[in-house]
Amino acid sequence: MKSKRVLAIASGGGHWQQLMLMRDAFDDCDTLYLTTLPGLADQFQATPSRLIPDCNRSAKLAILRCALSLLRIILSQRPDVIISTGALPGVIALAIGKTFGARTIWVDSVANAEEMSMSGKLARRFADLWMSQWEDVAADCGAEFSGAVL
Amino acid sequence: MIFVTVGTQLPFPRLLDAMNDLAPDLSQPVIAQCGQREPRWTNIECHDTLTPDAFKTFTNTAALMVSHAGIGSILTAKSLGLPLIILPRRHEFGEHRNDHQLATARYVQSLQGVHVAWTADELGLLLAAGNLEPATNTPGPSHQTLVHRLRGFIETGE
Repeated sequence: MKSKRVLAIASGGGHWQQLMLMRDAFDDCDTLYLTTLPGLADQFQATPSRLIPDCNRSAKLAILRCALSLLRIILSQRPDVIISTGALPGVIALAIGKTFGARTIWVDSVANAEEMSMSGKLARRFADLWMSQWEDVAADCGAEFSGAVL
Repeated sequence: MIFVTVGTQLPFPRLLDAMNDLAPDLSQPVIAQCGQREPRWTNIECHDTLTPDAFKTFTNTAALMVSHAGIGSILTAKSLGLPLIILPRRHEFGEHRNDHQLATARYVQSLQGVHVAWTADELGLLLAAGNLEPATNTPGPSHQTLVHRLRGFIETGE
């Protein structure tokens, strides 16, 4: 069977660390890693990898830059699956990926123990598999719960 | 060496004030990633930000880590087998937009090697006690369940 093309994307910090703890699920696929902090992917030997511009809700221009970068990558990579643990760049990747037919996974950060993150709420409509790592949070918002990285 | 980190997002002067006050009585030097440093923190070595490499160097040489209840810090301590003390950020002190770090702390306090200081005073008690159990990186059943679910979805699309 042909190996699945996977795009695994997370912002630097806790989001990235959690993505790395899930990599057994896709490390043997044809996976491209994306993150926002120079040097981070190399530190985890996550190859191949690309750097993308970070963005958040308060800076519209940065969102545009980030989206264009992701659009270019997704058009050239044509991933079968996109998985993200956050934050906003991951939401954008899911939205673009879904437009081009990818199956999409959102695993909300385990840091969000009380409610789905704002990014997670945004990601809902673009995620085929929409998960929280907290059972109560998942039950409250209708997400799936299937374990956690802790 | 004791390595202190407040994460990359927000300042956390309550933790750094406490570590600065405690540092003279500790048997080890304290190095801190502190966001925006204050001149009053004279007993600890402050770095506003750290590159991933510098962060790795410090965490690799630390005997103990002290941090906010950030998932990044908890996962770092687990991956390196370091004892970790966490002081959760509190909304009422303007340290975060809500109290989710309290909820995180309540959950992770059952993890091996993660020690919760609910107040700055408790932080002093934990440091004075010494010989704290280190964290461990062995994936638990919940972690294995998650990886299995993701793998299944990636393979079948469902």
